[in-house]
Amino acid sequence: MLWEVFVRSKRGLSHTHVGSLHAADAHLALRNARDLYTRRQEGVSLWVVPAEEIVASSPEEKDAFFDPAGDKVYRHPTFYDVPEGLTHL
Amino acid sequence: MSVAVYALRLGDDCLILGQRLSAWAARAPELEEDVALLNIALDHLGAARSLLTYAGSFTGQDEDQLAFLRDEREFTNALVMELDNGDFGTTMARQLVVSAYQVPLWEALTASQDELLAGVAGKAVKEATYHLDHAVSWVIRLGDGTEESHRRMQAGLDMVWPYAFELFETDGLVAELIASGIAAEPVALQRAWDSTVTRVISEATLSVPDTDWRPTGGRSGKHTEGFGYLLAEMQHLHRSHPGASW
Repeated sequence: MLWEVFVRSKRGLSHTHVGSLHAADAHLALRNARDLYTRRQEGVSLWVVPAEEIVASSPEEKDAFFDPAGDKVYRHPTFYDVPEGLTHL
Repeated sequence: MSVAVYALRLGDDCLILGQRLSAWAARAPELEEDVALLNIALDHLGAARSLLTYAGSFTGQDEDQLAFLRDEREFTNALVMELDNGDFGTTMARQLVVSAYQVPLWEALTASQDELLAGVAGKAVKEATYHLDHAVSWVIRLGDGTEESHRRMQAGLDMVWPYAFELFETDGLVAELIASGIAAEPVALQRAWDSTVTRVISEATLSVPDTDWRPTGGRSGKHTEGFGYLLAEMQHLHRSHPGASW
């Protein structure tokens, strides 16, 4: 059974997808993930998710899904004048 | 120094088990398990290095001299560490037996009067806890798995079982080091070990092997037939190219 592995590299950050692995059940999947993906101190928390449970967007829908955002620059927060002397932004 | 002999015993245990486990490289049932077993082998090698270096510091030998230039009769590891890997079930049986001993061993040694042993134990106890978790996971799955996995898991356990009891022997040296607060008390270790393995064996629907045979001799250098072959492989490079490094 195929599992997708997500690692949180440190507190405060999100879990990030790092790869996949084979395991017979969730318990072993978590342990395999520990051995394969955190052996160089990459993480402080692990998620494993059965690959078949992930619902993915389809490559055929790519245009309809993502292209419409291409010409909408106004959605980016780049139209503000930053006051002088502002350091923590 | 008694503590040097004691450190050497613990170090030899780790070194020889690490060497045995590393033979699973590229041979485990799945890639994931390959990495898991090699991680465990490396944990043992790491502990062995500290312990051998410490033991050698009393006699002016370094870790390489102790690991690669001693002969069979000079190694003091318990016999269970050197047993053939057998199939995956046998290796998991050996892992269960050894890890269920090493967890309470390192726990006890964190309170040792010997500072270095306490230091090594502090690191090793976390590693051993994971080794035990790994072994328990597999023993339960294989024991309580298919008819074939159950049969082979039981066969592995039957093979390894008699060798476990050497781990709990007390000789004059251990008694002396217990008295000075340095060594772990084997009776207490065996109690903890017994409760762990009994629970796992029952959960795995296996049975406790019924035998009174108690092979021993590793601590005084009397090893099993396969041990010479293990040393030949482990020591070959260093003996052919003295001082080789990378």
